[in-house]
Amino acid sequence: MNKKLSLTKAKSNSEETVKKVKPKRNAKRFWKLKISSGLFIAPSFLGVMTFFIVPFGVIIRYSMLDNPISAKYVGLENFKSVASNEAFMTAVKNTAMFSAIAVPLAVVLSLILAIVLDLKIPFRSQFRTFFLSPMMVPVASIVLIWQVLFHNNGAVNDFIMKFGLERIDWMKSKYSIVVIVILFLWKNLGYNMILFMAALASIPKDILEVARLESANAFQTFFYIKTRYLSSTVLFVTIMSLISSFKIFREIYLLTTDYPYPTMYMLQHYMNNKFKKLDYQALSAGAIMMSLVMILIIGLLFIIEERFGKDVEG
Amino acid sequence: MIKEDNQYAVRVDDKTGDIDELVRLHEMGKKQQKARKNISMELLRKMDKRAAKTRRILYLTKISIATIVAAIFAIQFLLPIVLTISNSFMTSAEIASNYGTVFAINSNGGKVYISEKVNLKFIPDMVSFSQYATVLFKSPEYLLKFWNSVVLVGPIVLFQLIVATLASYGFARYTGKVRAVIFFSYVILMLMPYQVTLVPNYLVSDWLKILDTYWAIWLPGIFSPFAVFLLTKFMKRIPTSMIEAAQIDGAGEWQIYRRICLPLCKGAICSAAILVFIDYWNMVEQPLILLADGEKHPLSVFLSKINSGEVGLAFAVATIYMVPTLLVFLYGEEYLVDGITYQGGVKG
Repeated sequence: MNKKLSLTKAKSNSEETVKKVKPKRNAKRFWKLKISSGLFIAPSFLGVMTFFIVPFGVIIRYSMLDNPISAKYVGLENFKSVASNEAFMTAVKNTAMFSAIAVPLAVVLSLILAIVLDLKIPFRSQFRTFFLSPMMVPVASIVLIWQVLFHNNGAVNDFIMKFGLERIDWMKSKYSIVVIVILFLWKNLGYNMILFMAALASIPKDILEVARLESANAFQTFFYIKTRYLSSTVLFVTIMSLISSFKIFREIYLLTTDYPYPTMYMLQHYMNNKFKKLDYQALSAGAIMMSLVMILIIGLLFIIEERFGKDVEG
Repeated sequence: MIKEDNQYAVRVDDKTGDIDELVRLHEMGKKQQKARKNISMELLRKMDKRAAKTRRILYLTKISIATIVAAIFAIQFLLPIVLTISNSFMTSAEIASNYGTVFAINSNGGKVYISEKVNLKFIPDMVSFSQYATVLFKSPEYLLKFWNSVVLVGPIVLFQLIVATLASYGFARYTGKVRAVIFFSYVILMLMPYQVTLVPNYLVSDWLKILDTYWAIWLPGIFSPFAVFLLTKFMKRIPTSMIEAAQIDGAGEWQIYRRICLPLCKGAICSAAILVFIDYWNMVEQPLILLADGEKHPLSVFLSKINSGEVGLAFAVATIYMVPTLLVFLYGEEYLVDGITYQGGVKG
């Protein structure tokens, strides 16, 4: 007992001496690491600063002026007028609806495809290439083909009418959202699937083996083991899909031009039209509102990832 | 690598079968076993065979259903590519007759009604290279634009990756509060639609006096935060023990970056390169606004305008435009998959 006590005492003594030196050295090393790794970020940060962040500051300034030339400060007037604008609200509604439908669908479908390919089916690698192939098709060519498929006299209607159904004017009805969701899924499922396949392959084999020996069935293994390991990938795929759901506008725009059917009128259409009209203050106010919503959504996703992803992250 | 795992899985399956049998034998108890040893062994063997048979049938149906599902998806995914390539071998007259109804209103306002409905044809009536001949030999503008695309996209991909690997190393090496905020703002900036950054981008380009030059496209492209976001995720997976080991061996930050992070993230870098390349290869808005001179526009801008007028040529131009992407893909697909699959210090 005594010996132990003296030992701990000696230990604490030596710790104290170490403590006197260590923090200093640690702090020095810490700062060195902080600065040297910061230098690696510097080029990128400077570039992003000049080409993205400073411009964003300019946008914030514009959003509070009546117009860039007379530059009169009007406070939140622009935000009020934009928020009460009917076109803006339609655009917000459509964009939100599109993302709310397309992103979860993309995540779920690509997960299903990944699981299907994870079974030992023949021609796996060929299938993988096929699913990735839409990434290769030039945007303009996609637009061309989508027009051929979904035009009122297009191939899809032709196919539908063979079964005695009414033809649907896909691009100019409430079904237009179906067209763009299909376009989005077609383009992005492949890459998401690859991400999921990688995550499935990285689940430790011994854990799955143990589950098998404990006679867990396929559903149990999936829900109790695989979902735990997939959670961080699910979030990553969600963020990537969200990004691409905003990039799909290029296709939608080429498909529909400036003023599409109301259900296809996206936020980006609104911004584009405001840009063409040189209405910078409305454009900026709209952009800021949009980025606030984005910050909320992405922030939430990041927090969720912190909570769930940590314990299994490889 | 995956194949091996699968074989392993099959072996495990067999083993479980053995264990199942053992357990069952054990459960029967010694008494019963003694009394009906001969009969029960026979029965058991039969039952086991039957069970194996049903298991095998179940397995086969599962696999075949999965294959069919995958095949259905694959056909739909391949359809547009096949359509583009096969239609590029048709004459413009045939294309006009096939898709006349869709594009009739667009082509110079004149009506070209030939058939009431669209003819989705995969096999041309007569294979002809007339589209290619027109694109490649009769009108050199297409090749010029193609070259413009190469000149625009090449430097962006190269330098964006250099800048991004450096930055993502910095982000992965140390995460403080300031850096977390910067990284978060990178993600937000990535989500901004191009129209939003367009005005200020125009102003910045004007201020730097690079408007109407390729620099106006190159610089924002090179500093785009997309690759940083993608690569940081992978750099963070490199085990700290590895980096610490290198530090103890006397490696500086640059050496760790150059000798450890870059080789380990090779796959991820390749996959990022593919994504960045595809993104910029298809750009439309940036050159339209930042390059007033139409001569400097890449083929993608040209291709997006071609839709309405010269449908007859569009497929051939699209096919030619697809070739570099195809090459990048064929060369890099393994990396694309490997790069994402890479986890931790040991592969697999």
